[in-house]
Amino acid sequence: MNTLQLTVLLAGLAVLFFWLGRWRARQLARVQGGFKHLHSRPDYYGLVAALWVGLPSLLVLVIWWMLEDRVIAQIVLAALPEAMAPASAAQQELVLTRLRLINSGALLVPDGVHWQQATEQFRVLTERSQYGRQALVLALAVIAGALSWWRIRPAQAARTQIERLLHGFILLCTSLAVLTTAVIVLSVLFESLTFFQAVSPWTFLFGTQWSPQMAIRVEQIGASGAFGAVPLFVGTLMVAGIALVVAIPVGLMSAIYLSEYARPGVRDVLKPLLEVLAGIPTVVYGFFAALTMGPLVRDLFAGIGFDGVSPQSALAVGLVMGVMIIPVISSLSDDVIRAVPLSLRDASEGLGATRGETIRHVVLPAALPGIMGGILLATSRAIGETMIVLMAAGLAAHLTLNPLEAVTTVTVQIATLLIGDQAFDSPKTLAAFALGLLLFVTTLVLNLIALIIVRRYREQYD
Amino acid sequence: MNNTIDPERLRQRLADARAERLQASLQRRHRKEAVFRGLGLGAVCLALGFLAVLLFTIFSQGMSAFRSSHVQLTLEFDAQRLGDAGSERERLEQYQTWLDEALLRALDAPESRASAVRPLLSAAAVYQVRDRLEDVAARPGGRATLWVLASDEVDLIQTGVVDRAWPEAARSLSDQHLAWIDRLSEAELLERRYNRAFFTGADSREPEVAGIWGAVVGSFLTLVVTLALAFPVGVATAVYLEEFAPRNRLTDLIELNINNLAAVPSIIFGLLGLAIFINTLGMPRSAPLVGGLVLTLITLPTIIIATRSALRAVPNSLRDAATGMGASRLQVTLHHVLPMAMPGILTGTIIGLAQALGETAPLLMIGMVAFIANVPSGFADPATVLPVQIFIWSDSPERAFIAKTSAAIMVLLGFLAVMNLAAVLLRRRFEHRLK
Repeated sequence: MNTLQLTVLLAGLAVLFFWLGRWRARQLARVQGGFKHLHSRPDYYGLVAALWVGLPSLLVLVIWWMLEDRVIAQIVLAALPEAMAPASAAQQELVLTRLRLINSGALLVPDGVHWQQATEQFRVLTERSQYGRQALVLALAVIAGALSWWRIRPAQAARTQIERLLHGFILLCTSLAVLTTAVIVLSVLFESLTFFQAVSPWTFLFGTQWSPQMAIRVEQIGASGAFGAVPLFVGTLMVAGIALVVAIPVGLMSAIYLSEYARPGVRDVLKPLLEVLAGIPTVVYGFFAALTMGPLVRDLFAGIGFDGVSPQSALAVGLVMGVMIIPVISSLSDDVIRAVPLSLRDASEGLGATRGETIRHVVLPAALPGIMGGILLATSRAIGETMIVLMAAGLAAHLTLNPLEAVTTVTVQIATLLIGDQAFDSPKTLAAFALGLLLFVTTLVLNLIALIIVRRYREQYD
Repeated sequence: MNNTIDPERLRQRLADARAERLQASLQRRHRKEAVFRGLGLGAVCLALGFLAVLLFTIFSQGMSAFRSSHVQLTLEFDAQRLGDAGSERERLEQYQTWLDEALLRALDAPESRASAVRPLLSAAAVYQVRDRLEDVAARPGGRATLWVLASDEVDLIQTGVVDRAWPEAARSLSDQHLAWIDRLSEAELLERRYNRAFFTGADSREPEVAGIWGAVVGSFLTLVVTLALAFPVGVATAVYLEEFAPRNRLTDLIELNINNLAAVPSIIFGLLGLAIFINTLGMPRSAPLVGGLVLTLITLPTIIIATRSALRAVPNSLRDAATGMGASRLQVTLHHVLPMAMPGILTGTIIGLAQALGETAPLLMIGMVAFIANVPSGFADPATVLPVQIFIWSDSPERAFIAKTSAAIMVLLGFLAVMNLAAVLLRRRFEHRLK
């Protein structure tokens, strides 16, 4: 019986006890003369019994499942004879992996009496653990269920119990959302601190040389000074800047047209079409940027006499990224422009202003905070965007301000440093976490400012 | 002398001048207005034009990948020889010999060496032959006519991606090969037929047999995990914030935090997945389980925000009526508010899942970028997902993968279109119900 079957059986038991509990509640009520003597509806009594069947046993199942491997490993390792005793943690892991593979039949038992003994012991223990787990879980389920069933009384506040439990669940879920942020900060911060023990934060933030690939050997880290992230910052800002130069005018003008000029029928068609741009996965934009836009920009500039433009130029990447963030700006601006009270527009037009003058002198100033919020959110998107730059921008870090050259960005470096297998504690990997911390903090600040601005703005006109 | 000024005429002239000035200014302002309006329309057209170019480029590149070049060969085989061959490898060699012979016959080039004509056929052709002849070979001997896969180089010539006019050194096929291709085409033995491998296979180093099924299954498994976790947790969180939580600084902070999480770069979630799920908790790399967990964290804010606005749209009169009938607060929520808001919640969930389906960067971090030639069969199996498959193929040096990548993008966009359409329909229903 595997874990899945066990879970199904538990679910079946829970359903059974639900029926039993409900039946018992009804019986008790009938003896006393009707449902009105029950504290809660009969279903709740059944539910209490079912939960007593399911929850404790599931908890035990999960705990057992998590501990099982480690306990068995300890016992088997302790029983190994001197000759085979693994020296290091890595060797231990190797022995255990071999035992596991042998047990699952993927590997034949190696020669040697010790291996045979260890394999046999491993097999027996795994088997015993499985039986023990099943027996314990099922026994617990039945006993807990039976006890709670037995204890059903008409006065029992079954509904309150269920509601308290659900309330706890809801609270738990809410705290998970908060926990996520905390875990992000902790995981990134912890690795970054290790990194900053090897490389000083000063070199990291203000160094102009970035070549993490050189630092494969440990003794090179400090000496090579290859973890200066300034070229990455410059590259990131340049790509994001080009993207914003494209996205702000186009996005804002689209929003103005859609909210102020377009007839409702036209708007209903154009707005969803524009939002398709936001729904296209970034990997698609990346493919387009790498394969079509990059060569196109290079050929265009070659046509007007600029040779040697990189096909991975920051310009091509920024253009495509700009298109990607158009919907971010346009839909947010659209919302805030439409939220500007009609009375302001009426007053302006009543004084003889044209539509455009009303928009430029009345609507936009009133909507400015909200639009700024949208632009900040778009900036944060542009800085954190990974796939477009990973596929279409360069990998090598040059410190340059020329948008026609290939640049690399923070996100590209995080991705390339972490793709593939590597030792987790090498400075190379840790550098990715330091960059991640920086990225997180930057976008956090941008987002918070934007969110607070937008919220204030909303309150102003609500 | 006529230098007296007629005050009447002066007034008239002043008024005329003023009217003219006004007229001119009005004209200028109206011109400006038209330009402004034109700029707005231009911006919309620019964005939509880009969308059209993007889709057109992808579709025109990708269409060719749904068909692949096949060669019709007539094999003459002798089952006796197969029986003599003991191991699987020897049997394969036997099939290869028959295949080579058939190709040489079809090319009418008996003096050529088998190794010279082999670049015309896919490396997978011999397996096709084996699978098709397995039962036919029970007969003592004979002929069998079947279509086998041509190599990706032949397909590139056939689709015109590689130009025949290029110098021989720039092509992977020689002039002799081109002549053979012509001969096969003239004899109607070379044809582009429906590319079954693309829809049923997993990734492969050979472009002509590489398929997306493995990635589709991987995406499905990942999304199942995401849905199973993000939906209950997201709805519960939204219910708490909207229906139960007191309005105070703490809930304010939680709300701000959730809104911020929605805007955190997705690659940061990948870092979290790598540091926590894989390195600390020891979960398997490349597994849909871990991918689903990471995507859950990414989709949660979307679902929470959508659910909250759906809950807010439910009229208070409903809550009051239920409370008046003696329902507890939780009963009001579970029995009345949630069912009413369900279409809106489902809309948000589908949009969140669509976002998760297109997510690439965080999954690269947790190792789903590995080359995986098997279709995953469980949540802990190594797998990849559609967008990551697109990334892997777009990185491949072989030209034939460009069409594959575009075709995979078309499939991905197809899935996204269906999901978003479902969301739109649900939203319509929701708005209808609340009216």
